[in-house]
Amino acid sequence: MDLIDTNIALSDEDDEEEITAEVVLKTLQSAWQNERLAPEILPHRNDMVECMLGQIQHMERNINKLPKIDLRASIHKMELSRIKFIICNYLKTRINKIEKYCIPILNEERQRMETGSNYLTPTEFKYAQEFVMNMENHVKTVVLSKMPGNMQLFEMNKMAEHPNLHSHVFLKANETVTGIVLEDLAGEDEEIDLEEGSQHILQYKPIADLIKNGKVQLI
Amino acid sequence: MFAEKVIELLKEAERNPATIDPFNDDKIRQILEEMQSLFKMNMNDANATMENKTLWTTVQVRHSALERNKRCLLAYLYNRMNKIKTLRWEFGSVLPPDVRELLSDDEYLWFSKYSSNLASYMRSLGQDIGYNGIDLTENLKPPKSLYIEVLCMADYGKLELEDGDVILLKRNSRHFLPTSECQTLIRQGILKQIT
Repeated sequence: MDLIDTNIALSDEDDEEEITAEVVLKTLQSAWQNERLAPEILPHRNDMVECMLGQIQHMERNINKLPKIDLRASIHKMELSRIKFIICNYLKTRINKIEKYCIPILNEERQRMETGSNYLTPTEFKYAQEFVMNMENHVKTVVLSKMPGNMQLFEMNKMAEHPNLHSHVFLKANETVTGIVLEDLAGEDEEIDLEEGSQHILQYKPIADLIKNGKVQLI
Repeated sequence: MFAEKVIELLKEAERNPATIDPFNDDKIRQILEEMQSLFKMNMNDANATMENKTLWTTVQVRHSALERNKRCLLAYLYNRMNKIKTLRWEFGSVLPPDVRELLSDDEYLWFSKYSSNLASYMRSLGQDIGYNGIDLTENLKPPKSLYIEVLCMADYGKLELEDGDVILLKRNSRHFLPTSECQTLIRQGILKQIT
């Protein structure tokens, strides 16, 4: 019995694309890896998550058709629980980042929504808004409202925690990229090229865009 | 000394970073009182400094003490919120009574709001393709094996497994169960993993 569909139709906005379950899993794994290692929140890959969830449902139905003691059933179940773990951990990592950096993320996201290039899914956005609101209400009722008049303000930017974009990351180039400008503390900029398949340790900030468009992979 | 109490409060909280202390209502009230009296003194002196500049530095020092108190109090609350968040992931939406006692009423309110926000987010996951949500608090550790051996620590009663089998969990009985189905019970302390 064929447990995994080899081809899944993924409806895209402009054209219908055919990709295999394996590719979906690979993309999801690298998105997960990037998300875990990058200091800031990355664009969501909800399409991949939903696609994989659909696959899981499909596979679970197939497994249930097998007798319980079948060896294939337990091997596939194990594989499924690994995939489920990746999805859960991916979503959870994002939620943790959203909670930690909620204020700057919300501010940036509002700007991004105007251009239509949002990083959060609508439900993640709603979650972040609710989270900030709850935090604000909580500190207001517990201490701020009992402070002297000129101290009662909830200062968003003083409460905000920012991701450290200057932290260093390990990365591998998926394709050759030329002309990355590394800023020097002394003000002397340095330009470097990444060769395909090479590995580097660099500051996150100059390569942030390369991660978002898939040219490099964090390791 | 100004802002001394708030430092005591933070030091107390920092002593055990892994666990949560009872909410220190009393000290917070004292700090807020200190702030009020600082503010009153400042108001008096500020009115007096209109013509006399000698009190200006005093006013500024008091003002920074006020700012510091505010910042430290917010830090205290923020830190506690982070700890309460981890409680939600560990215990689920219902807290055991002994943990519940450590939170103030307002904090418990915040906990329930956080909890329901998280729950509604998790319910929304995969809704477009006919899922009714994913529980992210499961699958916290990478799966090692499908089945694990567990020891039952308390009389729990009947447990229905996903495949329809019903088992009876009695104190000191051993079972060989699917990992995914006993995670919650292990966290609640009803089962203990022994393999």
